[in-house]
Amino acid sequence: MTTPLSLRSAVTLGGLAVLAIMPLLTEAFDQPYYLDIAMRLMCLAIAAVSLNLILGFGGMVSFGHAAFIGIGAYAVGIPAYYGEYSGFIQIPLAMGASALFALITGAICLRTRGVYFIMITLAFAQMAFFALVSIEEYGGDDGLIIDTRSEFAGLIDIEQTASLYYLILAVLIGSLYLVRRIVASRFGRVIRSAKINDERTQAIGFDSYRYRLSAYVISGALCGLAGALLGNFTGFISPGMMDWTRSGELIFMVVLGGAGSLFGPVLGAAAFLILEEVLSSLTLHWQIIFGPLLVLTVLYGRGGLDGFLRGRNG
Amino acid sequence: MDWTLLVIQMLNGLQLGVLLFLLAAGLTLVFGIMDFINLAHGSLYMVGAYFCATIASVTGSFLLGVLAALPLTFAVGLVLEMLVVRKLYARDHLDHVLATFGLILFFDAATQLIWGPESLSIALPAFLDGRVTLAPGIEFPTYRLVIIMVGLAVAASLAYVVSATRIGALIRAGAANRRMLGALGVDVNRLFTIVFAAGATLAGLAGLMMAPITEAHVGMGNSILIVALVVIIIGGIGSVRGAFIAALLVGMIDTMGRAFLDTAMKLVLSQQNAETAAPALSAMLIYILMAVILAARPQGLFAPKGR
Repeated sequence: MTTPLSLRSAVTLGGLAVLAIMPLLTEAFDQPYYLDIAMRLMCLAIAAVSLNLILGFGGMVSFGHAAFIGIGAYAVGIPAYYGEYSGFIQIPLAMGASALFALITGAICLRTRGVYFIMITLAFAQMAFFALVSIEEYGGDDGLIIDTRSEFAGLIDIEQTASLYYLILAVLIGSLYLVRRIVASRFGRVIRSAKINDERTQAIGFDSYRYRLSAYVISGALCGLAGALLGNFTGFISPGMMDWTRSGELIFMVVLGGAGSLFGPVLGAAAFLILEEVLSSLTLHWQIIFGPLLVLTVLYGRGGLDGFLRGRNG
Repeated sequence: MDWTLLVIQMLNGLQLGVLLFLLAAGLTLVFGIMDFINLAHGSLYMVGAYFCATIASVTGSFLLGVLAALPLTFAVGLVLEMLVVRKLYARDHLDHVLATFGLILFFDAATQLIWGPESLSIALPAFLDGRVTLAPGIEFPTYRLVIIMVGLAVAASLAYVVSATRIGALIRAGAANRRMLGALGVDVNRLFTIVFAAGATLAGLAGLMMAPITEAHVGMGNSILIVALVVIIIGGIGSVRGAFIAALLVGMIDTMGRAFLDTAMKLVLSQQNAETAAPALSAMLIYILMAVILAARPQGLFAPKGR
């Protein structure tokens, strides 16, 4: 095939190339702040990719995904609080605890549909939020400081910012690959078919509840991993990470980028963070612009950024 | 068990319950007939509180503040419906959630821009600012008692309006089949606008009644909104009766949990464990209640039929 590179592929490849050499650029221009933004962006992008798996491909609008970020971050922070810094314990704990929370809440949430599902996921995330707020031992409202990042027995030293950066980038690429494989698999086809018509999916013999629950658990575990990375990066965790507005922002990233497209959530996370940086540098009250922008995106921006890049906006 | 304390906590629970009902009623009515889910409902709660606080501080009269804030909140609801919400009815719930989330950000930022970051307090008039003796040894703040009575009165009149008036018949008809209602010659759009603004006014009433206790502050509606959502989920979305019963249930359980859970847990756990676990558990109590009810009845307690 010798078709010219489409706009969409060009943006994707260009974006990846910039991300790959970002530490060199920020080093060369002595702008470490932009590296911080890039790391935050990638952590949130992983979370948005995980949300996209169930929202974009499975039609399950989870308004509680920030809970998994919080659980993942606390799975790094709480062991560190007791002096356990091994990443080989923290990371599996983050993903395992998130998966367990997803399994228990998902089993109840997925019995319901539509707007009930949206609000129940929201309520469960609030439950996790309030539980952490009221545990004084781990700082309650004030949160915990992680003074030492996860240790990987000498394999990779993420106290080095560049190492942490490439670890996050590798996880981002890995999660994109994972979602791509899942969506293309038989499992993924069942999920997508249940989004379009659940009754027919069941009629041809698939117990779609189990498939949807499995997807929900995978998504939760992946989002927990994003939280563990975010906790390592910020070095400070608090229940504020799982505030319900964070869940709303994740949904917005997915929809802004283009729900149900592989790279959409990454584009959405990038657009969201850049917009936030630009607007908040203009005015303290940046949300007075950001809020209406969000409303306008919903009203007029069908298909998201990904749809726009493909030239099929609308 | 200290019976005085129990009675007072029950009244506190009732007060939280009626407040939640005022919020939940608007949410559930709007959802019932327009299939629209409005996260910015909590912003109207906040707006009502700020209007009341401003007018009360200018005129020096809380009652004037209340009387002026209600029509003002109604007007905000009208404008909001006509500018934004109306365009969203045809969209799916994901779009509702996102757009109204954007509205929350806007309302919070705008409120902070107009009124500043500091919270506004409201001084109660002397006749509301005392305590009444309900029974020998049981004193309760007058103002909280007034909130309970206003809330119950609104609930009763709402039940009357929905079940026995023409507009109530239209609301019920709209919930059952709005296309048929339109085909019968009713201006459905106008009905939607009025119901939305009325729901906004109820939220504003809840907010301004709460303001003398908590002060009016930015984002005050956001956390109580989630509890109101839990209420309408438990009650069955679209059912006013369900919202009323669920609101009282949630208000009561939340208050009782916070007041007595640590005492109860000390009976079975050690002192220290109970003191650690009780606050976390009591904060989670209403969500656990919701989970249990939904596990048994996924559509809530009183879900309207045919939905």
